[in-house]
Amino acid sequence: MIPFLKNAVISGTPLTFAILGAMYNEKAGNLNLGIEGMMLLGAVAGFQVAILTENPILALLAAMIFGALGALIYAFLTVTLRTNQSVTGLALTIFGTGLSRFWGKRLMGTVLPESFSRNFRPVSLPFLSKIPVLGPVFSVFLEQDLFVYLSYLIVILSGIYLYYTRFGLNLRAVGENTAAADASGINVTLYKYVHILIGGALCGLGGAYLSLVYVPSWQDNITSGRGWIAIALVIFTSWSPYRAFWGAFLFGGLDIVGFRIQTLNLPISLNQHFLRMLPYIATILVIIVGAIRKSTSHMPPGNLGNPYFREER
Amino acid sequence: MKKRRILYLLVTILSLAMVLTGCGTDQQNAGEEKLKVGFVYIGTAGEPGYTYAHEQGRLYAQEKLGDKVEFIIQENVSDTDDSCVAVMQSMIEQGCKMIFTNSYGYMDYTYDMAQEYPDVVFLHCSGSRSSENMLNYFGRIYQARYLSGIVAGMKTETNKIGYVAAHPIPEVIRGINAFTLGVRSVNPDATVEVVWTSTWYDPSLEKAAAVSLLDKGCDVIAQHQDTTGPQIAASERGKWCIGYNCDTAEIVPDSFLTAPIWNWGPYYADQIQKVLDGTWKSENYWGGMEDGVVALAPLTKNAPEGAQEKVNEMAEKIASGEFKVFEGPLKDQNGEIKVPEGTVMTDEELLSFNWLVEGVIATLPEN
Repeated sequence: MIPFLKNAVISGTPLTFAILGAMYNEKAGNLNLGIEGMMLLGAVAGFQVAILTENPILALLAAMIFGALGALIYAFLTVTLRTNQSVTGLALTIFGTGLSRFWGKRLMGTVLPESFSRNFRPVSLPFLSKIPVLGPVFSVFLEQDLFVYLSYLIVILSGIYLYYTRFGLNLRAVGENTAAADASGINVTLYKYVHILIGGALCGLGGAYLSLVYVPSWQDNITSGRGWIAIALVIFTSWSPYRAFWGAFLFGGLDIVGFRIQTLNLPISLNQHFLRMLPYIATILVIIVGAIRKSTSHMPPGNLGNPYFREER
Repeated sequence: MKKRRILYLLVTILSLAMVLTGCGTDQQNAGEEKLKVGFVYIGTAGEPGYTYAHEQGRLYAQEKLGDKVEFIIQENVSDTDDSCVAVMQSMIEQGCKMIFTNSYGYMDYTYDMAQEYPDVVFLHCSGSRSSENMLNYFGRIYQARYLSGIVAGMKTETNKIGYVAAHPIPEVIRGINAFTLGVRSVNPDATVEVVWTSTWYDPSLEKAAAVSLLDKGCDVIAQHQDTTGPQIAASERGKWCIGYNCDTAEIVPDSFLTAPIWNWGPYYADQIQKVLDGTWKSENYWGGMEDGVVALAPLTKNAPEGAQEKVNEMAEKIASGEFKVFEGPLKDQNGEIKVPEGTVMTDEELLSFNWLVEGVIATLPEN
């Protein structure tokens, strides 16, 4: 059980980053369907820099920058030019997939040097796993690599930022009621730009986790649809960074649970295709439940998906 | 207004000029009468894997036949919808007289195209349909898998070998069975644990599948999919792996044992030469080690001592026909005899394989 849960955390880590990335976009009132594209941009850029410099910090920076560059295209189109958000997001996914494929062509079959991979070996916090009873539980989360710890850190920082700072409050206001936020003196355009870019950078990190740690080699379409699952999971985890982490853990686990069941040699067989359908079924259920309950804490940002024209108030 | 009209005129003249010069070069090319050959690929030619192996074969043919042939390649063509039809049509419009399609899912589309274009020759890999101007070809990769099983069986210390399997179709089942027979020919106590991923290509998922086998105590990992995910999983745990499609020893140098590999070059060169000579006939092909179309990659330093000798011995016997992989007695998972002693499974039986041999630990999911 413990090895399974440990691997569920690993398999959920790219999802954690991607869900947070999508969440920042949506908190700013922008539905970004380009998550998959930004993840792929981050994945390929991070991998390229890792090969060139063998420096993990530069590789992560490159992943964040290229994820954010993808987001910048999206932000310019949807915020400044006020284009349709869904179409622009789809275009970003197609663009990101194409560019990563084109760029990745020369990276095919290259392996990250040992000196680089060493930085992402699991690091355990020894005193915690020695605690009786709770030790193994801690080890699930605290015998991981540094990249996973980074995801914990970003989850916690995002929670503080969104709910305990003025900036977070302003951001939520922009997403809930853009006109009111504008009237109260918040620079809507700036807030949208900054948080779409932060979202892009996080998606880039999610992609980089796949290409640098999880897989770690360059292979075409390395995200295999995780960006789309993330968009569904933002709804499932109802725009909360903490729930985002648990949602990613749950669906990261679901991603690999099929194999574990197979190795138990039970007479039943669980269809892998069925398991992969679950995130979407869960999302539909959450939307239905949310629509019936009308609970405010589980609702999407009020102005999600609408371009903002100041003159049209 | 006037300026704009002049601009339109200029644009029109320029584009006409381009079209006309384009015609000119086309006519020049037509005079040389090169054979144009199209390749429709399921994957990426640059990445070690299934399509890469085909691309190596094409490059071999290109080198061999030189400037008599011109190639048009299209990579990453989906085989789950009809996108390959447009690709083939465009190849024919560009003058292709011979088209290779390399994935199972292209089969029906290729067949329809063959009906529609009787003067074009189609070669489809891994299928079962053929016609006057379409043949299907494949290799007996299971023979090489049997040999790789010998290496795994000699290497394992836990007597548990993991196999990351793709879809539960005869081609994959045949591979698992041949591998297991190879394992148990040298190590009757060893078992082969199978995990199905229902994918051909998903790097992270296939790695996760291998990790679940490693967690269960397997110390050698074999695979059917086209990514190196399972090999990287084994290497990160300091265990051993057997690849597929091509020699990937450089990617996981400390863990790689060997791999069943494809060698399409001679077959491709031969088929194209036949079209050039006008002697091409639609003859289905299922070649084995005797033709060299399938082989086992050279064993690495990680392979157990004495394995290379054993593999060489069996390879020779397979190539000469002295030894058949699927010769009775063969028992299924329940220990029941499915193929009695002295009987060899026919090609038809092999192409519809739907049971697992003794020593495989797995349940067959519904496809």
